[in-house]
Amino acid sequence: MFYREAGDFNTSYAQDQQTFPIKFDRYRYYLVLFVAVFVIPFMVNDYWVNSLFLPFLIYAIAAIGLNILVGYCGQVSLGTGGFMAVGAYACYKLMTAMPEVSMFIHVLLAGGITAAVGALFGLPSLRIKGFYLAVATLAAQFFLVWLFNRVPWFYNYSASGQISAPERDTFGILITGPNTEAWATYMFCLIFTVGSALVARNLTRGSVGRKWMAIRDMDIAAEIIGVNPLRAKLTAFAVSSFFIGVSGALFFAIYLGAVEVGEAFGITKSFLVLFMIIIGGLGSIFGSFAGAAFLVLLPVLLKIVGVDWLGWPTDIVAHLQLVIVGGLIVIFLIAEPHGLAQLWRVAKEKLRLWPFPH
Amino acid sequence: MPEQLAFTIEVFLNGLMAGVLYALVALGFVLIYKASGIFNYAQGVMALFAALTLVGIMDGQVPFSHLINAILGTEVHHFGWHVPAFLAIVLTMVVMIVLAYCVQRFVFRYLVGQEPIILFMATIGLAYFLEGVGDLMWGSEIKTLDVGLPQGINIWIDEFTFDATGYGFFIDNLDIVASIVAAILVIGLVMFAQYTKQGRAMRAVADDHQAALSVGVSLNFIWILVWSLAGFVALVAGIMWGAKSGVQFSLSLIALKALPVLMLGGFTSIPGAIVGGLIIGVGEKLFEFLIGAPFLGGATENWFAYMLALVFLVFRPQGLFGEKIIERV
Repeated sequence: MFYREAGDFNTSYAQDQQTFPIKFDRYRYYLVLFVAVFVIPFMVNDYWVNSLFLPFLIYAIAAIGLNILVGYCGQVSLGTGGFMAVGAYACYKLMTAMPEVSMFIHVLLAGGITAAVGALFGLPSLRIKGFYLAVATLAAQFFLVWLFNRVPWFYNYSASGQISAPERDTFGILITGPNTEAWATYMFCLIFTVGSALVARNLTRGSVGRKWMAIRDMDIAAEIIGVNPLRAKLTAFAVSSFFIGVSGALFFAIYLGAVEVGEAFGITKSFLVLFMIIIGGLGSIFGSFAGAAFLVLLPVLLKIVGVDWLGWPTDIVAHLQLVIVGGLIVIFLIAEPHGLAQLWRVAKEKLRLWPFPH
Repeated sequence: MPEQLAFTIEVFLNGLMAGVLYALVALGFVLIYKASGIFNYAQGVMALFAALTLVGIMDGQVPFSHLINAILGTEVHHFGWHVPAFLAIVLTMVVMIVLAYCVQRFVFRYLVGQEPIILFMATIGLAYFLEGVGDLMWGSEIKTLDVGLPQGINIWIDEFTFDATGYGFFIDNLDIVASIVAAILVIGLVMFAQYTKQGRAMRAVADDHQAALSVGVSLNFIWILVWSLAGFVALVAGIMWGAKSGVQFSLSLIALKALPVLMLGGFTSIPGAIVGGLIIGVGEKLFEFLIGAPFLGGATENWFAYMLALVFLVFRPQGLFGEKIIERV
């Protein structure tokens, strides 16, 4: 009923294999894009952008990146925070070294640098598997954070040890620094988020993505049928790190403006992004968005309900949030291991047949 | 004896002591991993939770008092009594057993047969949950834990080494106690696994779930037993670390320190946990002292253990004492 497929004929393979083969789905996607591009920028103010839209868009990129590695390639990583830090510091160094270059290029370059670092730390994945690899990625996390803390070159010898984004523009519109406009930062991040989703979606359903999934499902069998495990794993690490680096650069330059590496990119950040993809759904691009939205919204909602309405002290609400997030992780793993994305898929199936379930 | 060498030896000894404490946490991991194939990230938080509960019971705190006060607007904080240390430890152990039961009953019973990595993520969720509950229950401020363990510099060693070498070594009494307790704990655990009926059943489950089930071993019971044992190890670790540096959130981070210990020693080996702990403890202290502080700007302890484990694993992926990983299609 809600998902009418009648009269929706695909007459070529290209039509059949597009991302949204059902017309209704496709138009809804266009509608979401239209609202995101032409409606929201004219309605947002600083509060909305800074508390909801920017974190959502930026975390969505990080979640897509981690999902490629964990969900599609099966290599568990706890080093997300460290790789985000690489993106942030690479972006900072580029911004201060080449002030006249557009921010677009800086962010992309930062992603590229993170990809190289990620591939380097992905090298042991050929020999180390499973938990051992998960713990090995912690080496990246702690080493990178320590490096950015201890080597003054990375923070340009500033006295506080912090990095703060100078004012930079793109096409004449201010993107970073304190004098930005809400819609500009929102649009800048939106472009990267949509781009990331498109690239990730198409990578994961092409030959590269199939190789990743073969490695995930059974690496030895994949090797026997001709997948080069080194190349598959390293490309997964590199592509994943690229997205995570981009999100780290945006997180620092656009969203926070100034960061202290241990605070902003600590181990908790790694877990936060991991939780996003578990709750959202492993191995699903939509799931990355759903998980990011969920975990960005949850603290805001809890704060509104707990602190503003009920008048509880903030620390109790913070602890309650830990309980809820932890509980949800366990519940999701038990009840729906494929996360919100799977719930959405099930709902879609139901809506296709509604009101006649058989 | 030259000053530098004496310092190095002292750092070495302190590293050994720290390694014992790492090993203590790693032991809890090994127990659960051996018996159920679950890599229990929550072990560190269990230590924190146990220490919090112990302090709370000893001080006669009302559980969830902050939450109750916030909801009902009351002002309750303490029952007004003080529980002696030994009784408090027993009571805490009861709480840990209840926790073990709940974890088994409400979480892992539904996850039997899932992929190991799913189980691992479930324990991360459990860790967050437990941390939140612990803080809600007992409050999150830093607490001191004093169960009557000796603390401070060991005068005897100091004087003895001063007479012998001209330089007095600084060894904390608490570290010595911790080492002795850890040794007793390991011997006890090994004896338990070797010579008791439950221990045999535990090893059987570790070997093969299905086969153990078919000869009449109750999986549920063994898993609750193992989680209780891990809770006990967590309690001991919590007491030691809590007495050393206070009961606070950072206690749960020692789990992160125990991970490279496990990787080095192998996930399935109790001796591996001990040897790995000692290697990591000594290695990171010596590295910090000889290379980290003078040349790299210090604080290398944060990552050295991981890097060591990482480099080591590339050459021997199953760890020092781990079982060889055989993979077939």
